[in-house]
Amino acid sequence: MESVVFIFSLIDCCALIFLAVYFIITLSDLECDYINARSCCSKLNKWVVPELIGHAIVTVLMLISLHWFIFLLNLPVATWNIYRFIMVPSGNMGVFDPTEIHNRGQLKSHMKEAMIKLGFHLLCFFMYLYSMILALIND
Amino acid sequence: MSAPAGLPPRPSAGAAAYAGGPAEVAAPQAGALRRHNGPVQSPMQFPSGYGLHPPNYSVLSGRYSQVPNKAVSPHLDNQYRASYHSTYYSAPAQNVMTPSVATNVLNTQESQQLYNKTSPQTAGSTEGLTQGAISSASYLHTSAQQSYSAFGNHYSTSVSSSVASQGFPLNSDHYTMPVVSSAMYPTVSYPSAAIDSVYGQVYTSQSLPDVGQFKQTNTFSSQSTAVPHSLQQHVPVGYNSTLPTVSSAQSVQDSLSRNLTGSLTKANNQISTGGIDSLQPVQSVSQKAQFTKPGVGTAASSAATSSMRTPAPGLSPEPRSTPSFTQSPESALQEAIDSSSTTSSASPVLNNYDALEGGGYPETRSVTSSPVPAPSVPQPSKTSKPFGYGYPALQPGYQNATPPAPVQPSNPGHHPGFQHYQQQYPGVNQLSSSLGGLSLQHSQQPESLRPVNLTQDRNILPVSSLPAPVPNLNSDLRKLNCSPDSFRCTLTNVPQTQALLNKAKLPLGLLLHPFRDLTQLPVITSSTIVRCRSCRTYINPFVSFIDQRRWKCNLCYRVNDVPEEFMYNPLTRSYGEPHKRPEVQNSTVEFIASSDYMLRPPQPAVYLFVLDVSHNAVEAGYLTIVCQSLLENLDKLPGDSRTRIGFITFDSTVQFYNLQEGLSQPQMLIVSDIDDIFLPTPDSLLVNLHESKELIKDLLNALPNMFTNTRETHSALGPALQAAFKLMSPTGGRISVFQTQLPSLGAGLLHSREDPNQRSSTTVVQHLGPATDFYKKLALDCSGQQTAVDLFLLSSQYSDLASLACMSKYSAGCIYYYPSFHHIHNPAQAEKLQKDLKRYLTRKIGFEAVMRIRCTKGLSIHTFHGNFFVRSTDLLSLANINPDAGFAVQMSIEESLTDTSLVCFQTALLYTSSKGERRIRVHTLCLPVVNSLADVYAGADVQAVVCLLANMAVDRSVSSSLADARDALVNAVMDSLEAYMSTASNLQQSVLVAPNSLKLFPLYVLALLKQKAFRTGTSTRLDDRVYAMCQMKSQPLVHLMKMIHPNMYRIDKLIDESAIHVNDKVVPQPPIQKLSAEKLTREGAFLMDCGSIFYIWIGKNCNNNFIKDVLGYPNYASVPQKMTQLPEADALSSERTRSFISWLRDSRPLSPVLQVIKDENPAKTDFFQHLIEDRTEAAFSYYEFLLQIQQQICK
Repeated sequence: MESVVFIFSLIDCCALIFLAVYFIITLSDLECDYINARSCCSKLNKWVVPELIGHAIVTVLMLISLHWFIFLLNLPVATWNIYRFIMVPSGNMGVFDPTEIHNRGQLKSHMKEAMIKLGFHLLCFFMYLYSMILALIND
Repeated sequence: MSAPAGLPPRPSAGAAAYAGGPAEVAAPQAGALRRHNGPVQSPMQFPSGYGLHPPNYSVLSGRYSQVPNKAVSPHLDNQYRASYHSTYYSAPAQNVMTPSVATNVLNTQESQQLYNKTSPQTAGSTEGLTQGAISSASYLHTSAQQSYSAFGNHYSTSVSSSVASQGFPLNSDHYTMPVVSSAMYPTVSYPSAAIDSVYGQVYTSQSLPDVGQFKQTNTFSSQSTAVPHSLQQHVPVGYNSTLPTVSSAQSVQDSLSRNLTGSLTKANNQISTGGIDSLQPVQSVSQKAQFTKPGVGTAASSAATSSMRTPAPGLSPEPRSTPSFTQSPESALQEAIDSSSTTSSASPVLNNYDALEGGGYPETRSVTSSPVPAPSVPQPSKTSKPFGYGYPALQPGYQNATPPAPVQPSNPGHHPGFQHYQQQYPGVNQLSSSLGGLSLQHSQQPESLRPVNLTQDRNILPVSSLPAPVPNLNSDLRKLNCSPDSFRCTLTNVPQTQALLNKAKLPLGLLLHPFRDLTQLPVITSSTIVRCRSCRTYINPFVSFIDQRRWKCNLCYRVNDVPEEFMYNPLTRSYGEPHKRPEVQNSTVEFIASSDYMLRPPQPAVYLFVLDVSHNAVEAGYLTIVCQSLLENLDKLPGDSRTRIGFITFDSTVQFYNLQEGLSQPQMLIVSDIDDIFLPTPDSLLVNLHESKELIKDLLNALPNMFTNTRETHSALGPALQAAFKLMSPTGGRISVFQTQLPSLGAGLLHSREDPNQRSSTTVVQHLGPATDFYKKLALDCSGQQTAVDLFLLSSQYSDLASLACMSKYSAGCIYYYPSFHHIHNPAQAEKLQKDLKRYLTRKIGFEAVMRIRCTKGLSIHTFHGNFFVRSTDLLSLANINPDAGFAVQMSIEESLTDTSLVCFQTALLYTSSKGERRIRVHTLCLPVVNSLADVYAGADVQAVVCLLANMAVDRSVSSSLADARDALVNAVMDSLEAYMSTASNLQQSVLVAPNSLKLFPLYVLALLKQKAFRTGTSTRLDDRVYAMCQMKSQPLVHLMKMIHPNMYRIDKLIDESAIHVNDKVVPQPPIQKLSAEKLTREGAFLMDCGSIFYIWIGKNCNNNFIKDVLGYPNYASVPQKMTQLPEADALSSERTRSFISWLRDSRPLSPVLQVIKDENPAKTDFFQHLIEDRTEAAFSYYEFLLQIQQQICK
């Protein structure tokens, strides 16, 4: 059972890693002026909710399967995702707003955030991998 | 719905197509190739290609009209044909009705008529489509051919004739009046084989808008319908023919100035050796004199005079008293006059002459500038009066643009400094600019660093309005630098590192007014526009030439080759002097761009008016004013023969107007399906202004009365906007929306969010941001299709401007707000609307524009303020650009600037003029870099700092809260003063001291805190607050400063002392008073200039003579409550007052409304809220504010 949980988490984590990489690539495209802000933001905003759900699922799964440490590790990131999503002002077009992204260094902070998430997901990936192998051996 | 996939020649849709930024379309190679092959492509000719072949042109217009047809007809087929037709016959559920405008009654006959009208189109849509395709294809084909043949034909003529920018002669008073470029190179042909670069250029010359010119204009306008584009090509010829009439009137001046230039030449020849650069310009001046005979005098004199601008800008270059030159104040006012009319070709002349004579600037200027009154000209440097008596015919606008004392009288160290430099660098080559800056560090401006004790020094306001600080550059660079009116930096001494900037606690940023009305602007037609190969910077006065063939970019330091044709100087007609080219001699230039800068043929001017006709709107009665203004200005709308116009009205339904040529009267088409809006007849709603003029006039006459009995209270703004967007998307253009209430139906409906009880809350102010993203999305869509949305909000109750404003903010539109508008009950607002509309409809406009701001490596822009959409890191997409739009950017120093002594900023604005020309306006600003904190403070530009802070505070209050923004403002003053006091160690810690450059900083910040935008505790309606915020973001500095800190003058005792002369009128110059009730005496009368409104406050015991003479009433009691005009009386005091007020009015594009206020007037509060130095129940007085700051600092 436990191995199934970790296999799922691993797959989910892979998806999140890809997503983080996609975010970074798209943002750096914007930085280099390869795409315009409008298309960049609409691309990214599409993936904000999937990312949030994907991460929330793993977090909840860890809570259910009583892996406290991993749960607590995931909790801040999941909370941040949800907070960020809720706190979007009513007039904005999503977490990434094309009219704001070039102002006040938002592009840089988004970039930084995506980088941190990538690192976090990589860490999680190896943790899940280790746990999965452990669980498989135990089984 | 409009399927853009079908649009043929236009490269896909706007946003995507423009992603690269047309400004950046890099094809110098292509240009070069073409050049070597022979025909020189100049955009001047490009249109003329059409013009010379009328059939071709008609194909062009055909294309444009075909586009919507094609785009929408499939849709009509697919979706609507069934419903459309069936609903027609089954009357009960009519979707589309057609009451004719005149009868306004729906009957079967008329619907029949409509059916007849529409059916061919729908039924034959396939036919139309193929036709469209064919015609557009053929258009493509022929146009390509034609343009090349045109090049062929005109190869020889391409040399000629660029019309100096501003004046499009065709264009009504707004365009014709300005000093239109005169001395032209008459269509001269250079033998092509010998000279590679053909170059037509007109600059430095000011023309006289004489009668002949108007005649010419008329003939052209009559021709223009037939042969649309040949117009501009021919203008110069016309000028030449008319000029002689002028020259006779000016013969004296001519000869004088000719002598003058001659002597200058001699002088130069004597002192400068053959190789020195500074010799050449003289030749250029004199050569010009030979070249264009008729205009010699004017050209030469203005060339010589206008160069002497920077250090002492108060002088007018032309004291001409030619009758034709006295412009009507109205049109003169259209031009915010540019003081930076550098004829830089003449500037070195000045130097040498200067050095030779050993005189200061003012002296030389007085000699050169005004041949007639020259001897009597007092030297501004020696007199404390800002303007002497000696300039009888000053242009009003010019005066106003540079009001302050030319050389600060209190700056004695200034002049010796100049001379010193001149001796040090007698023949300095200003092109080795990076060297020039180095030597400047030692020349401090002690004045700007003089400590001012704020709490003791009570009279800190300048006598006349505050001048912009002059960057501490050497005199050559200073002369070349961009005018502070168009381009200003908060710190004129840029700190070397970010650490130093942080220490100074002042924001670093730029304030731009890029599309300002200029009277003089060098326009350059050249087949290659020389730009840096790596950073794409346009060549500018601050680049350095390494040798004859190479130049070094001043922004990225790359070494570039000088193109072959740049070696030829058209002004002197000599070869091998790239640094004498006008691009290198002027920091503000305009290029006429080649087709490399176009992604589609330049769009025509397209105007769409979207009018609210609900009950509320009819009640307010704005329609009459709008229609009347439009009728009056229909012929003055900027545009060419392709100009198109359309109207949409809306209440709970959306009404379209078919104005197709050939109809006997306008047809109204009502679409009630607002959930899925569609265009009933896509190709006849936007019609050619000239072809359908009669119908348009009929409609405008009928419109105000059509809805008088409406009971419809709802407003479907969102659907109307969607329809407008669909209508505009094939071409782009301008949508003007008039709205009078909260939109209540369909997409984009809004709910009232304002809680009236919270209006005077001191803590929380909510709902400063938009409620929905509908308007933002719409604006971005519009921006992508090169369409700007301008909003006129005329409402009596809350209308959620915070949400509605988004439609203009992100589409580069502008916002006008008229609170509690009513055409009878509120005459002041009605008058304001009228005046605003007049300006709005006739001002210059640029379409499909982009603006890029570049800066020296090491600096980067991190935040933009203004109305636009930021498309990429430094590219602003502006669907429309208008002369009243201002922008601000915040910058940071990413890499230390230790290895450079100068930094440069360049804005390039690429736009399509209303005549369908692609143009690039380039401004370049150069500033020194400093490494000490004291220098940073010495160069602080307090007005720019305050305006930038206001922009930042608006952002902060929307993104965080108003309280945060207010705190940030107070902290900004406190931190910077504290930092200053800690640098100046010899100061007492217990007194509040500011450097002279920042002495007004606390006052201005207090004024900001008391603005409607940021005040708390005083009842402020949410819309008023939001509107004030919008204005702060989009107004240029000059207007914003008036709004923040109005000027108050005492006008009951105007005297002629220190008066100035404008157009033979004496304009008294009363000193600016403190904004405090202590200055208001009951015996006096005061004028407050708030930018958009003038208040005249009359004291109770005001002299009865004044009331009688100026106001036209026997005594104080009989002055009416609502008085908005001063009568024209003969008395001296009345004359003085009126000339003073009209002088103030002329200084701004918008004619402000006048309001006379007595003590019992309800408008009194409006007046008193501007007395910002006084204490109110909710806010500190200035003194208290200072004490608070002092306490905080000394804590």
